[in-house]
Amino acid sequence: MSRLKVSGVNKIFGNGATKVQALSNINLNVAENELAVIVGPSGCGKSTLLNIVAGLEQATNGLVRMNGVEITNPGADRGMVFQSYTLFPWLTVQKNVEFGLKIKGISKKERQGISQRYIELVGLKGFEDALPKTLSGGMKQRVAIARVLANKPEMLLMDEPFGALDAQTRVVMQEQLLRVWEKEQTTILFITHDIDEAVLLADNIYVMSRRPGCIKEKIKVDIPRPRDHRVTVSPRFSEIKKEIMEMLWEESQAAAMQR
Amino acid sequence: MLRERAAIAKQFNKHRRLALFSFIIIASLWSLFSYGKLVGELFLPTPGAVVVAINEMYNEGILFEYTLASLYRVTVGWLMAVIVSIPLGILIATSKNAEALFGPSIEFARYLPVVALVPLTVLYFGIGDMQKFVIIFLGTFFQLVLMVSDVVANVSRDLMRAAATLGASKWQQYRLVLLPASLPGIMDSLRITIGWAWTYLVVAELVAANSGLGYMILKAQRFLATDRIFAGLIIIGILGLLTDYFFKWMTKVVVPWSEKAGGKS
Repeated sequence: MSRLKVSGVNKIFGNGATKVQALSNINLNVAENELAVIVGPSGCGKSTLLNIVAGLEQATNGLVRMNGVEITNPGADRGMVFQSYTLFPWLTVQKNVEFGLKIKGISKKERQGISQRYIELVGLKGFEDALPKTLSGGMKQRVAIARVLANKPEMLLMDEPFGALDAQTRVVMQEQLLRVWEKEQTTILFITHDIDEAVLLADNIYVMSRRPGCIKEKIKVDIPRPRDHRVTVSPRFSEIKKEIMEMLWEESQAAAMQR
Repeated sequence: MLRERAAIAKQFNKHRRLALFSFIIIASLWSLFSYGKLVGELFLPTPGAVVVAINEMYNEGILFEYTLASLYRVTVGWLMAVIVSIPLGILIATSKNAEALFGPSIEFARYLPVVALVPLTVLYFGIGDMQKFVIIFLGTFFQLVLMVSDVVANVSRDLMRAAATLGASKWQQYRLVLLPASLPGIMDSLRITIGWAWTYLVVAELVAANSGLGYMILKAQRFLATDRIFAGLIIIGILGLLTDYFFKWMTKVVVPWSEKAGGKS
């Protein structure tokens, strides 16, 4: 059963002479517990697509449905992790993780139990009372993931969450995300321009074209799980990576010619 | 941890010594020029003469009376500006309609030199405290509104969006995210504008008043009592320094989580 269904979504910014079509006829289905990754060149509108799914932006036309219900507004059922650090700097790690729970009106005692569980899940036990300004970039993103998961969303939306981290930290975070996802049995829509990241994480990869962005291809990643960084040197990994690289290469070349 | 704290303390002491050093230099130069008779006493009184002047003012009973009168005017006039400008600034930053409504007239008013408004305020409000409040209000309010709305407008949009995807309503995004996120910047704006408030107060007191430090300076000028003028200036400087320390301390108390509050806890 598909959890998220995007049908015929178009997005046009502005009007008249300044009109820009960002997305063109996007169709995709994300199944329950699937880890779907959208990969595409910068400026292809992949973040716009994610924002539409989050309800932070509206599609010009087309339909986005979550469990069959049309999405119009942002909501706690679609928690988002951003590339920029979005922890609330005035709240401790624990209070950050409890932010959504508090809004839902969950009792303090219950909140504590839930936040404790997710802080441990992302490996930050002992940092409950730390303020964000004392955390490293990787730790901040782990708290952001815990904060979203604690809310028990139907789906996790991730917009290049590891894009601002250094290469080593990024690999550690990718592996940790895989462990968390296996344990939590949650549905994820993940956006990146990093092909390695896409192949390592995904069940299915949607390759997007340059602007106006459309889904060029859906690639099923049949590398067995559980995966870790070692699969990145396997022959199958290289095959899939090469396939995507060639597709994106065509796109970036065509985009360069256009300018 | 302890070693780190010791290092911070050491650094702090070093900076304190440097600050003290700069004051010593100024005092030495002052002493050199005045005691050395390089400049006439009419233009530059000796530090000793200024201390004597301060003591005289104390004996006359005006030292604290005038200082308190000035302090009271600054505080009330500035608080009036703060109370109105913070909500208005937030409103302008968050509502396009409010910006269209208030923005242009505030920009216009901001460029009116407050000094030129003193005659009008005397005409309207006389030379009492109310006139001082109004001058300080006019001098700080329009700037403060724009500073606050800038601070609020610069809060990261992703912070609000993150809150939205965690289930926060629009109102909750404003109350639980926008407001606290703006606090460090607002504290900064307050610290800067209270300095301006002092300037406008002295301007107002120089033109028309019957008490206050500005009034005292003006009266001293009539009698060529340069030592009193210096005394007045030094008192204003010290009050400014204390105000600044107070705001830095307040920043640590109100927004300890801010990068501006300094020091990892």
